[in-house]
Amino acid sequence: MSQLHTVNKSPLERIALESAIKHAVKGNAILMIEDGVYGAMQGTQKSGMVTDAMGDISFYVMGPDLKARGIDEARIIDGINIIDYNGFVTLVTEHDVTQSWL
Amino acid sequence: MSDVKKFLYVNRKAPYGTIYALESLEVVLIGAAFEQDVALAFLDDGVFQLTKGQDTGEVGMKNFSPTYKALGDYDVNKIYVEKESLDARGLTLDDLLPLTYEDEDDDWAEKDSIKVVSAAEMAEIMEQSDVILSF
Amino acid sequence: MALEVGGKTVETDEEGYLENRDEWNMDIAKAIAEAENLDMTDNHWEVVNFLREYYDEYQIAPAVRVLTKAIGKKLGKDKGNSKYLYELFPYGPAKQACKIAGLPKPTGCV
Repeated sequence: MSQLHTVNKSPLERIALESAIKHAVKGNAILMIEDGVYGAMQGTQKSGMVTDAMGDISFYVMGPDLKARGIDEARIIDGINIIDYNGFVTLVTEHDVTQSWL
Repeated sequence: MSDVKKFLYVNRKAPYGTIYALESLEVVLIGAAFEQDVALAFLDDGVFQLTKGQDTGEVGMKNFSPTYKALGDYDVNKIYVEKESLDARGLTLDDLLPLTYEDEDDDWAEKDSIKVVSAAEMAEIMEQSDVILSF
Repeated sequence: MALEVGGKTVETDEEGYLENRDEWNMDIAKAIAEAENLDMTDNHWEVVNFLREYYDEYQIAPAVRVLTKAIGKKLGKDKGNSKYLYELFPYGPAKQACKIAGLPKPTGCV
């Protein structure tokens, strides 16, 4: 089974991203949306948590949500894929289960 | 006027994901009509409210970040941003909107509204306030 | 509510403020003004255009105190006072001029 985990909370305020990473297994994908996109930024207190997990888990971030919050693509952690709404749909279809970490 | 109270609006949430940031801004603008001594505090994820370059065109929400630039017109010119919160998010003052006001007592000179303060200084600002509204 | 202007219908709320700011044009402004018994002079347009520019920049309709101060700065002290603005817009410069400018009711007007 392959899971897609979506996270829509800021990792600097809630532990949703941390918990999703802890419960994701090799080959899973994590997609950051809404306030979850702050988890994709370089140089934050929580960036290390993401870079440490990148070997086993693939990370995606919603581009329109980055733009809304004024986060330049240059500030995104290397290796995180920036996608749009169509990419979201594709990700959902590519995985057996989608789990939302609210 | 002896009945002027020191109001502090505390902003701790990122914009757009929840309604708190916008609600706070609206309350500040409405409250500004009552001519109290108003200050704004931005800490934790609240510092994200002030970032430059916000563009909500693709998410179908109103970009309210330009409205922070009107705060000076409303005589709201004490805007405290916590340094520890910026540091934890990899941000510096340069990442924030330049907010200014014109100082009536200094020949309308344009001055910066934002002051970056430490958590200890922020604690003291809170302690010195008569009314705290937290969002 | 709806407003008929030049064969086109535009939606307004129950107080007569445009639902969609993008539909605004000068004919609609004149129609709203007419409904308010106002003759639009150059002085009226000056304030209405000022409000639209302010909204474009800050995404809000300014409160009357802010409007008065800002008008004074841009158009001169003889115009930046409430007497002048209330003479132009008897039902409140911010409220009435915003309506004609196709903007939402100013924040702070309850």
